[in-house]
Amino acid sequence: MKPSLETGYLGMHLRNPFVVSASPLGRDLDRLVLLEAAGAAAVVLPSLFEEQIEHDSFQVHAALEHGTESFAEALSYFPEMTAYNTGPQRYLTLIRQARDSLRIPVIASLNGASPGGWTGYARKMQDAGAHALELNVYFVAADIEETSEQVERRYLDIVEEVRRAITIPLAVKVAPFFSATANMARRIVDAGADGLVLFNRFYQPDIDLENLVVMPDLQLSTPVELRLPLRWIAILHGRVRASLAATTGIHDHLGALKLLLVGADVTMMASALLLHGPGRIKSSVAGLTSWMREHEYASVEQLKGSMSWRGAPNPSAFERANYMETLASYEIQQ
Amino acid sequence: MNRPVVTVDGNEAAAHVAHRLSEVVAIYPITPASPMGELADAWSSTGKPNVWGDVPTVIAMQSEAGAAGTLHGALQSGALTTTFTASQGLLLMLPNMFKIAGELTAGVIHVAARTVATHALSIFGDHGDVMAARTTGFAMLASATVQEAQDLAVVAHAATLEARVPFLHFFDGFRTSHEVAKIERLTDDDLLAMVDATAIAAHRGRALDPEHPVLRGTAQNPDVFFQAREACNPFYDAVPGIVTRVMERLETLVGRRYRLFEYRGHPEAERVIVIMGSAVGAVEEAVDVLVGRGEKVGVVTVRLYRPFSAEAFLGALPRSARVVAVLDRTKEPGASGEPLLQDVATVLVGAAADGWPLPRVIGGRYGLSSKEFTPAMAKAVFDESARERPRPRFTVGIVDDVTGLSLDVDPGFRAEPPGVVGALFFGLGSDGTVGANKNTVKIMGEHTPQYVQGYFVYDSKKSGSTTVSHLRFSPVPIRSTYLVDQAAFIGCHQFGLLSTTDVLSRAGDGATLLINTPYGEGTWERIPVEVQQQIIDRHMRVFGIDANAVAKAAGLGGRVNTVLQTCFFALSGLLPPDQAIAAVKDSIRKTYSRRGEAVLTRNYQAVDESTRALFEIPVSEKPSGAVRMRPPVAAGAPEFVRTVTGEIISGRGDLLPVSAMPVDGTFPTDTARWEKRSIAEEIPVWDPDICIDCGRCALVCPHAAIRIAYVDESALAAAPAGFPHRATVGKDFPGKRLVIQVAPDDCTGCTVCADVCPARSKELVKHKALDMMPKDPILEQERERFAFFLDLPPIDRRQVAVATLKGSQALQPLFEFSGACSGCGETPYLKLLTQLFGDRLVVANATGCSSIYGGNLPTTPWTVDGAGRGPAWSNSLFEDNAEFGLGLRLGADARRNAAGRAVRDLRDVVGAELVEGLVGADQATETGIFDQRARVAAARERLEAAGTPQAAATLPLLDALIHKSVWIVGGDGWAYDIGFGGLDHVLAAGRDVNILVLDTEVYSNTGGQASKATPRGAVAKFAASGKATGKKDLGMIAMAYGNVYVAQIAMGANMTQTVKALAEAESYPGPSLVIAYSPCIAHGFDLGKMMGHQKDAAASGFWPLYRYDPRLAASEDHPFTLDSRPPSMPFKEFAATEARFAMLAGSDPDRSEELLKAAQEDIDERRRYYEQLAGLERGLPGEEVSV
Repeated sequence: MKPSLETGYLGMHLRNPFVVSASPLGRDLDRLVLLEAAGAAAVVLPSLFEEQIEHDSFQVHAALEHGTESFAEALSYFPEMTAYNTGPQRYLTLIRQARDSLRIPVIASLNGASPGGWTGYARKMQDAGAHALELNVYFVAADIEETSEQVERRYLDIVEEVRRAITIPLAVKVAPFFSATANMARRIVDAGADGLVLFNRFYQPDIDLENLVVMPDLQLSTPVELRLPLRWIAILHGRVRASLAATTGIHDHLGALKLLLVGADVTMMASALLLHGPGRIKSSVAGLTSWMREHEYASVEQLKGSMSWRGAPNPSAFERANYMETLASYEIQQ
Repeated sequence: MNRPVVTVDGNEAAAHVAHRLSEVVAIYPITPASPMGELADAWSSTGKPNVWGDVPTVIAMQSEAGAAGTLHGALQSGALTTTFTASQGLLLMLPNMFKIAGELTAGVIHVAARTVATHALSIFGDHGDVMAARTTGFAMLASATVQEAQDLAVVAHAATLEARVPFLHFFDGFRTSHEVAKIERLTDDDLLAMVDATAIAAHRGRALDPEHPVLRGTAQNPDVFFQAREACNPFYDAVPGIVTRVMERLETLVGRRYRLFEYRGHPEAERVIVIMGSAVGAVEEAVDVLVGRGEKVGVVTVRLYRPFSAEAFLGALPRSARVVAVLDRTKEPGASGEPLLQDVATVLVGAAADGWPLPRVIGGRYGLSSKEFTPAMAKAVFDESARERPRPRFTVGIVDDVTGLSLDVDPGFRAEPPGVVGALFFGLGSDGTVGANKNTVKIMGEHTPQYVQGYFVYDSKKSGSTTVSHLRFSPVPIRSTYLVDQAAFIGCHQFGLLSTTDVLSRAGDGATLLINTPYGEGTWERIPVEVQQQIIDRHMRVFGIDANAVAKAAGLGGRVNTVLQTCFFALSGLLPPDQAIAAVKDSIRKTYSRRGEAVLTRNYQAVDESTRALFEIPVSEKPSGAVRMRPPVAAGAPEFVRTVTGEIISGRGDLLPVSAMPVDGTFPTDTARWEKRSIAEEIPVWDPDICIDCGRCALVCPHAAIRIAYVDESALAAAPAGFPHRATVGKDFPGKRLVIQVAPDDCTGCTVCADVCPARSKELVKHKALDMMPKDPILEQERERFAFFLDLPPIDRRQVAVATLKGSQALQPLFEFSGACSGCGETPYLKLLTQLFGDRLVVANATGCSSIYGGNLPTTPWTVDGAGRGPAWSNSLFEDNAEFGLGLRLGADARRNAAGRAVRDLRDVVGAELVEGLVGADQATETGIFDQRARVAAARERLEAAGTPQAAATLPLLDALIHKSVWIVGGDGWAYDIGFGGLDHVLAAGRDVNILVLDTEVYSNTGGQASKATPRGAVAKFAASGKATGKKDLGMIAMAYGNVYVAQIAMGANMTQTVKALAEAESYPGPSLVIAYSPCIAHGFDLGKMMGHQKDAAASGFWPLYRYDPRLAASEDHPFTLDSRPPSMPFKEFAATEARFAMLAGSDPDRSEELLKAAQEDIDERRRYYEQLAGLERGLPGEEVSV
C-alpha cells in the first residue's frame, strides 16, 4: 500500500511535507506553478523586507527631489509617474496572483524592522489572501548596551503585536543564536506563534581582498547544515504547542526524513531547488515514498517525531555530549 | 455650475486646455514653455484623453523647427494640433507659421513669451519673440494672468476653428507661465460648449486625402502671387468679430468677461496707458489709486494684438485722452517706435483723419527680460504724460544714464490693495523651500476663500543656488504682477543667507522674521549687525527653529521644507493651528504618497515636532555681536568685478545704470574666483603620507577645487606652518615636491575626489589620502594655504608630458569654480581641455548647461593663466553651434593667412628667417607654441621699431600666427538633435575643428527631457514610460566619413584614455569628434559616486570606449581601437543602480524587463560590430581603390 505523505502545518492540511522555502524562486508566478506541479505541498513567498521598502521609497524620493526647484530652467529632472511601486503593492499582487493560480497554500513572508511596519504589512498580506504568515525576525544585536533580555523582549513584542494584527496562522522564523533556545522557542509560542521555522540563514559579511571592502552575501546551504535544525526540532518536538518546520540544508528526501523523524511537520527547501530546479521536489517525494515503503511506514504522521528527544533511544546524543562522540568517531574513520 | 478651483501656474492652465482640445501635440523643450510640453506628454502617457475621448498623440521633435513642421503636416491632415514654445524656438517656427497662416489653417501655438537672445541670452520674459512673429499672419492673443492663460487658450482654440486663421496665444514667460495662482478650471462640458463642432468638421474636411485630392503648397509667379496673397483678406477681417463672439460665449458660460481691448480708469481720462501682458495688473493698481486721488487716468489692455482692430481699439479708448502712452515689452532698435506703439499711432492717425481728436502718442519700453514692472513705474509714465512736453520715447524701470531715456520712479508709491498679506522666503534650492511654498499656496488656495499668488525667483547657479519665494494671500483677486515689497512675514531658511543676502530689504514694518538657526539662544549675537539694525528699525518680531535638527531627527536629511512650512502657518495665523497642521499633512500626502508610506511617515513626524521646537528670539534695543555681512566679492578684485559683478552678486543688479554695462555683451573672463560662495559643509583634506601621487583627484574634480603643484623645495620656504607636501612618487617630476591643495571656499563638497582616491591607510582602511571633513573648523587654515598655493611658481609646460593623466594635472586649469551642479559630469572634461590647450583655446559653446555655468552672469569660470592668456569663449545659439565653431575656425585661419601675407610683405623689416618661422613653424608641441610666441614677440618689436604705417597695420594681426585650438562644445540635445544637421555638415567640411559632446543622455539644462542620446529603457521627460528606441550611435555616423577622428570617452572608466583621446583629437588636422559620458542629476544617483558609475557603464558594455584615428589608416594600421574590454557585468546590474532605469522597473516591471532585455541585445550587437571594426583596415576617402 502506498504510504500517506500527508501532514499538518499551522493547522493546514498538506499533501506531503515538502514546502518551498522563502527564496527568489517564489518571485515568479510561472515558477510557482511549476513548483506546485512538481509536488510542492505549500509555498512560502520570498520575504518582504520592510527596510528594503523604506530604502526604495527614499531612493526614489531622493532621486525625484535632488536638484529640483533650484534652477529656473530645470525645476525637476524626472517625469512624475503615476506609480513607483516602492511600497508592498507588488508583493501583495504576487500573493493575490499566487493564491488565484495555485491550489496549495500560499504563505506570505515578512521581514520587518519597526513596530508600525510589522503590523501594517502583516495585515495587508492577510487581506491580500495569504493562507498563513511567516514572520522572519532577525537583527544583529550589535548595540553593546542592549542586554540579551532586551533582545528577547523585542522578539516577543513583535510576535505579540503581529499576532494581534492578524487572524491567519502565524509562523515565526528565528535564528539559532539565543542563549536559551528552547526556552525562547516556548516563549515565542506563548506570545502567539502557531509554528516555528528553524532556522533562518542570513547574509554574512565577507571581505573583498582586492578592494578591501566588506561584502555581505548569502551562500547556498549544504546538506550538512541540517544538523542544527535537526537538534533543535528533536529537542522541541512535543514540548511546544506549535508546528515545527525545518529549513536549512534539506537537499533531498534523506535529509527530509531525518528531520521528520525528529519531529518536523514540514521540511522546507530553497538551496536544493535553486541548484537542481523544481524536479528536486518530485524526486524527493518519490524517494520519501519508496523509503517509507521499504521500511514499512504507513504514513508521515507515523514516523514524525519518532526519533525526537522524547522518542530516540539515545536522546542525550542531542545534547552537549554529542560533540565529543562525533569527534571521536571521526578520528576512528580516519 | 460648480467648477473646480485649482491652484496652478500659467503653463499648466494653458496646457490643460491645449491637451483637452487637441489630437496631435508636437513638442520640444525650451524655457519657460517646457512644462507645457512635459505636462501634455505626461497626460497622454497615462492615457488622459481629450474632450472627445481620444488620447492625444504627443510627439517630441528634434527642434522647434521640427515641431512646427509636424504641426503644419498634422493640421494639413485635418488633425486638431497644437504646440508650445518660446523665444528662439518661436523664431525657428517662423517659416512654417507663414505657411500655416498662408494656407488658412486652424491651429494654435501657445507661447510663454521670452526674450530673444541678442547681446546675451536670457531665459526670462518679454515680447521679443512674439513680436518677431507678428508678420506671419497668425492671430495673436495676449493673456495677462494665470486665469486668462486658461481662458484665452480656449478662446484661441475655438476662434481659430471658426476663423481659419491660426492663433498664437501668449503670456509672459515666468511672470505668468510660472506664477502659481488660484483659478477656476474649465470643465470638459465648458470646453465642448466653446468649440464649434461644425467648424471642426470643416477643418477635417480640408484634410489632404486621396479620396478627394487637392494640391496645396504650389509655386506661383509674378502674374498671380500678389492677388492670391490678397485673397485671404476677408478671413482676417472676420477675426475680430469671431474672437469677440467667442469671448462673449465664454462670458455667458463662466461669467468672466474678456474683450479685444478693455478699458479701466476714469471715464474721461486724459492720460491713458496702452499695454498688454502681465504688466496690466500693475498698471490697473496704479490707475485705481490715482483715480481715487482724482486724477483722470486710465489703461487700455490689449488682448487681440493681431489682427489689430482699429474699431475695437477706438471703442475702448476714451475720446478724452490727450496723451496716450504705449508701453512695449520689447525693443526694436532703429525703429521709429516699438510695434505696439506703431500700431496704436497708425490707428489714431487714421482716426484723426475721420475726426477723432488726435492725442499725443508717446511710447516706452519696460520689463525686458522680466525686469520688474510696478505700479510706481506705471505712475512714472502717467507723470511723464502730464508734462507739458512729455518725452516721445522713453524707458521705465532702469536708470539710463547714457541716452537719458529712463523715467524717474517714485520708490515710495505703492498701490497694492489693503488686506493683502505678503510673505517672503529665502532658501537654498536643495532645502525644498520652493516646493513647500508651492504647497502653501495650494493649501491656502484650496482650503480658504483667499486668493493666492506664488512667484519664485532663482539665481543662476546650479549648485548652492538661492531661491526667493514671493507669496501673496488676499481677500480680493490679486493683480500685483510684481515681487512682494512690504512683506508681513520673512522666512530665512538658511542661516548663512543672513550674511550674504539682504533678506529684510522688502520687510514691512512690524513684520515677523523666522530664522532656521542652529544657535538656539545664542542666535541674536550670530545675526549680522546690519540685519539686527534692520530688525530693530522695522520693529520686527523674530522666531527661531533648528529646522535641520528636526528634519534630521525625522530622517529627512537637509530637507527642512515641511518643518519651516509648519512654522510659517503657526506664526502667520493664516489658518487655525489644527486646521493648518491637518492641511500641511494632507498636502504632504498628496505630494508624496506615491513615493511610499515611509516618506509620508517621516514628514508627518517632522510636522509634529516643528512647533515644539519653535522659539522666540528676543530683540535687543541696540545691535550687538561681531558678525558683519560678507562682501559680495573677495578683496583685491578688479574694478569691474567690484563695481559691476559684485553688485549683481549682492542682488543689486537692478540698480546698475546703463553706463555700467558693456555695449556689445563682451565681458571679462577670470571672474568666478572672486565670488567666494563657500557652499560646502565638508571639504577634502589631504594626507600626504599615504598619497600615491596619481593625479586622479584633480582630474575628476568638477569645480577645479582640488589643485596639484610640483615645486622645488625652495618654493615652500615661506609656506604657512604645517603646509602639507611630500616627495613625488614615480619618475615624472624628479626632485620636486608634490602639493595637493583644496580651494575651501570654491569646493562644493561633492565628494568625487575622495571617492576616486585610491590611496588607503594600511592601519585604518577607511582613511584615504583624501577624506571629507567638516569645513568650518579648518576654513581659515585652508584659506591661508590655498592663498599660498596660488602664488607657487607654475610649472614649465614644456617640461611636462602633457597628454598623460599626471602630466595634465600638473597644469593650471583655466576653467574653475563654475556654478554647475555639485558633482557635475561635464565640467571635468572642460577643465581638462583647458589644462591641455587653455592658452590657445577658442570655444564655441552650444546653449545648454555648459553655456549657463560657463557664461551666465554674474561670473564665469573661464579664466586666464599668469600671462593673461586663456580660453576665448562664445555662445551663439543652440542649433547653430557647429556652424558657429566652423566660422570661428575659418575666421582664425583667414586672419592667420592675412598675417602670413603681411609679414611676408614686410620680410625686410621682420627678417627672412623670422618670417619663415612665423608662417611655417611646427606648433604641435608646447615647445612649438612657446617658440612661436617668442617669434611673434620678436616680430612685434621689429615692426614697432619700424614705425611705418604698413608695419603698424600688421601689428594687430600678429597674434593670429599663434595656433588656435577651436573646440565646439555642447550637450547631446544639441549634437544628437537640434544641431545634428549642422554638426554633420561641419564634420563633412573637413576643417580642423574639434567637437566635444558632453553627453548626459538627456536635455539636462531644461530638466531632463529625452534626446536621441537617451538610452533604451531610461525614464526621462518626454519618455515617461521608458524610452522605447535605442540611442543613436553618433560616433559611428561620424566615422562613416572616414576622415573624422572619433573617440568615445568616460573619464571614470579610463582616465588615461580620456586624456589621450582629447590630445589626439586636437592634434588631428581635420575634424574631430569626442563623445564624453557625462553623469547628470537626471541619471538619478549620488553624483559623488559618478566615477564608479562611469566604470560600470563601460564594464557593462553600455558605454564602450574607443578611438578612431584616420591617421592610422594612412599608415595601414587598424584605425579603430576598441579601448573597452569585453563586458564583464550584465547591463541590468548597472541599470539597477540608476533611478532613470530603476524607476521603470518599479512602476512597470514588465516593460522594464522587455526594454532592458532589448538594451542588452543592443549592447551585445554593438560589441560584436565594434570588435569587427577593430580588426578592419580601411583607407581614407580619396585614396586609390584597390580591387
